[in-house]
Amino acid sequence: MKKILAMVLALTMIFALCVAAAPAASAAEPVKAGFIFLHDETSTYDLNFINGAREACEKLGVEYIFKTNIPEGQEAADAAEELIDEGCNFIFADSFGHESFLMQVAKDYPEVQFCHATGTQAHTAGLDNYHNGFASIYEGRFLGGVAAGLKLNEMIESGAITADQAKVGYIGAFPYAEVKSGYTSFFLGVRYVCPSATMDVTFTNSWYDPTLEKEGAIKLISNGCVLLSEHADSMGAPTECQDKGVPFVFYNGSAANDCPDTFIVASRIDWAPYMEYAMTCVAEGKDIGADWTGTIATGSVKLTEINDKAAAAGTAEKIAEIQALIESGELKVFDTATWTVNGQTLTEYMADVDDMGDFAPDTNVIADGYFHESEYRSAPYFDIDIDGITNLDA
Amino acid sequence: MNKKTKTPLFHVAKRGALRWYQAWAIRGAAILLALIVCGVVTSLVTGENPFAVYAAIWKGSFGTPRKMWVLLQNIAMLLCVSLAVTPAFRMRCWNLGGEGQALIGALASAACMILLPGKVPNWAILPCMLLCSLAAGAVWAGIPAFFKAKYNTNETLFTLMMNYVATQLVAYYCVVWESPKGSATIGIINSKTELGWFPVVGGQKYLLNILIVAALCVAMHVYLNYTKHGYEIAVVGESERTARYVGIKVERVVIRTMLLSGAICGLAGLLLVAGTNHTLTPTIVDGRGFTAVMVSWLAKFNPVWMIFTSFLLVFLGRGAGEIATKFGLNHSFGDILTGVILFFIIGSEFFINYQIKLTRGAGKEE
Repeated sequence: MKKILAMVLALTMIFALCVAAAPAASAAEPVKAGFIFLHDETSTYDLNFINGAREACEKLGVEYIFKTNIPEGQEAADAAEELIDEGCNFIFADSFGHESFLMQVAKDYPEVQFCHATGTQAHTAGLDNYHNGFASIYEGRFLGGVAAGLKLNEMIESGAITADQAKVGYIGAFPYAEVKSGYTSFFLGVRYVCPSATMDVTFTNSWYDPTLEKEGAIKLISNGCVLLSEHADSMGAPTECQDKGVPFVFYNGSAANDCPDTFIVASRIDWAPYMEYAMTCVAEGKDIGADWTGTIATGSVKLTEINDKAAAAGTAEKIAEIQALIESGELKVFDTATWTVNGQTLTEYMADVDDMGDFAPDTNVIADGYFHESEYRSAPYFDIDIDGITNLDA
Repeated sequence: MNKKTKTPLFHVAKRGALRWYQAWAIRGAAILLALIVCGVVTSLVTGENPFAVYAAIWKGSFGTPRKMWVLLQNIAMLLCVSLAVTPAFRMRCWNLGGEGQALIGALASAACMILLPGKVPNWAILPCMLLCSLAAGAVWAGIPAFFKAKYNTNETLFTLMMNYVATQLVAYYCVVWESPKGSATIGIINSKTELGWFPVVGGQKYLLNILIVAALCVAMHVYLNYTKHGYEIAVVGESERTARYVGIKVERVVIRTMLLSGAICGLAGLLLVAGTNHTLTPTIVDGRGFTAVMVSWLAKFNPVWMIFTSFLLVFLGRGAGEIATKFGLNHSFGDILTGVILFFIIGSEFFINYQIKLTRGAGKEE
C-alpha cells in the first residue's frame, strides 16, 4: 500500500514538474510574486492591496499569482507553500492574522522573501527573509480630518448646527493601536480647523461586517454625530450615511460612485511603492528592510479625489497647504501641545513597540514635543485615549 | 355529454429497486450533465474555455503533491465532523450543531495549550487536551440532547443556536488571549516550545490527522453496523414507538448518541488546533459543521460512502479556489459551479427512486 502510494506520489510529482517546468523555462523574469489576500475585491481593504499589487507588478513586468479568500490560519501557510511550488520567490500577505503563519513558512524557505503588511514581529524575529511594511496612514487620516473639520465649519456658519453640536462619529474595527492611532489622528485633524469639535467612537469588533458597521453608523447618528468616518472595510456605514444625508470621510478608497451626495474624501495607503521597493530588492539581490514605513512624502499615503458635491468650499486648497506642512516636518500630527489626557499634557509615554507577546511597554515614544508614531516600528503603536473622544462602548 | 379531460403527457411513478449498475449509470449521467451545464455557464458568463476551467479544478486538488496532501487533510477534517453528526442523523435526531461542538472542542484544546504549560508536566498536556476537547464537545451536544429527551424540545433549533453561543465564546477568548493587544487574534500558540502540538508522523504534517480520521471512520462503521448501540440507534431512527415497545430506553439512546456525536466533533476541534492550525479563531471550523450535513446525507449516513462525498465537496471547493487564482474569477464563481454540480447529484437521487413515464393515451380525447 505504501509502495503504491509512494509510486503515485512520485509519478504525480514528475508530472507536476513537467507541467511546472514548461512555462518556467520561457519566463525570463527572475522575480515571480505570489500574493495572499484575506478576502477578494469585494472588500475595500483587499481591493486596495489588489490594485497596488497589480500596479507594481505591471510596472516592473513581474509575473504574479493572486490567492484570494485565504483565512488567517493554516490555510495561509498552505497558500504560501503552494505559491512557492509554483515558482514564486516573493510572497506577500495582506492581513494581520497571516503573520505568524507566514513566519513559519519563512523559516522553512530561506531562499524566498516574505513581506507582510501591517505586521509587528519582523523587527524582532531575526529572520533575514521575513519583513513587515506599513505606511504612516495617520498623516492621511489627519488630512481627512481637516476636510471633515472644514465641513463642520461650513455647517456651523450656515446655521445647520451650533459650534457645540460639532460632533463627529467614528466606527472602529477593534480597540487596537492601529485603529486608535487612526481615529485620534483623524480627530486631531478635525480639531485643527474646528476647535469646538468632539468625537464619539464605537467598535464593531470585526474588520469586515457590513451589518455591524451600518448599525454603528445608526448608533452614532442617533447620538448626535453630524459627520462620520470609519476604520472598517465594508460599505455598510457609507451607504447608511448616504441614506441619512450625513457627510462622511472614508478609508481605503473612494465611495463617490455609491454615495455621491455625502462622500467627502478618503485616505488610503498606496501599497504599490512598498511592493515595488521589495520586488526590486529581490530582483537585484538586495536586502529588504525588516520594517519599512512609507509616508505621505514618499507617495505611500494618499487622498482620493475630493467630492466637491459634499466637501466644503476651499477643501482642496487647505489640504494642499497642510500636506505641505506635514511633508516639510513643520506640522507634527501628534504634537503634544494639541492634545491632553485627563487635562494633562504628556511628556513621555512607554509604548509596546517590541511585540514579544508580553504586552510590556518597552520604548519611550514621546520626545521633542510630539509622539513619534511609526518610527520605531512601521505598524502603529499610538494607543492613548485622549480628551475629547468618547468611547460609546466603554 | 362529451366531457374533455386532458391527461398530462408524463407522470411520475415510484420505481422498483434498481440494480446497482443502473443506479450508478443514472448518477454518472447526472455528473456528466452537470459538467456540461457548468461548461455552458462558464463559456457564457466568463468567456473562458470550459475545458481549461475543468483542468484547473482538477489541478486545484491534484496539481502538486502538496495540494494532494492538503486535499487529504481537508477531506479528513470534513469527514471527521461528518462522522460525528452521522450517529445522531441515523437516529433521525438532527444535530446541526457540529460547527459549535467542534469549535468548543477547539476552544478547550487551545485553552489547555495556553493555560497548562508550567502547571502540569509537558507529556500530560496532549492527553489533557484530548480529554477536555472530547468533554467540551460532548457537553455542547449534551445540553440540547438533555432538553430533547426530557422536554422534547426541538434539537434542530437548539443545536443550531448553540453554534452561535460557541462562536461568541471563542471570539471572547480570542480577545482574552489576544496577542498583540487589541488585535483579537491569538497567533500561533506555543510557537517556540511547540507544547500541545501533534507530533509530525512520517515527515508529513497532515499524516497523523488523516490516520486518526481513517481509524475513526472504520470504528464508526463498526459501531453503527455491528454493535448493540448501533442497532438501537437504527431502531430509534426507524420508529420511536417500536423502540419503546422492544424495551429500548429512547431517552438514554438519544442522550448517549448525542454525547458521542458531540465528543467526536470536539475531537475534530482538537485535530484542527493541535494538528494543523496551532491557533484559535472563531472561523477555524470553516463551516464544516454545516457541510457535514450534506456529506452525511449524500452518503445516506454510510461512513464509508462519506469518504467519497467529502472528497467530492472538498475537491469542488479546492477547484473553486484554483479557478479564482488561475483565471482571476471571483471565488463565488467556483461556488456557482459547485451549486450546479450538487443540484444534479441530488437531483439524480430522484430519478433513482422515481421514473417519469409517458402516459398512455395522453392527449387523446376520451
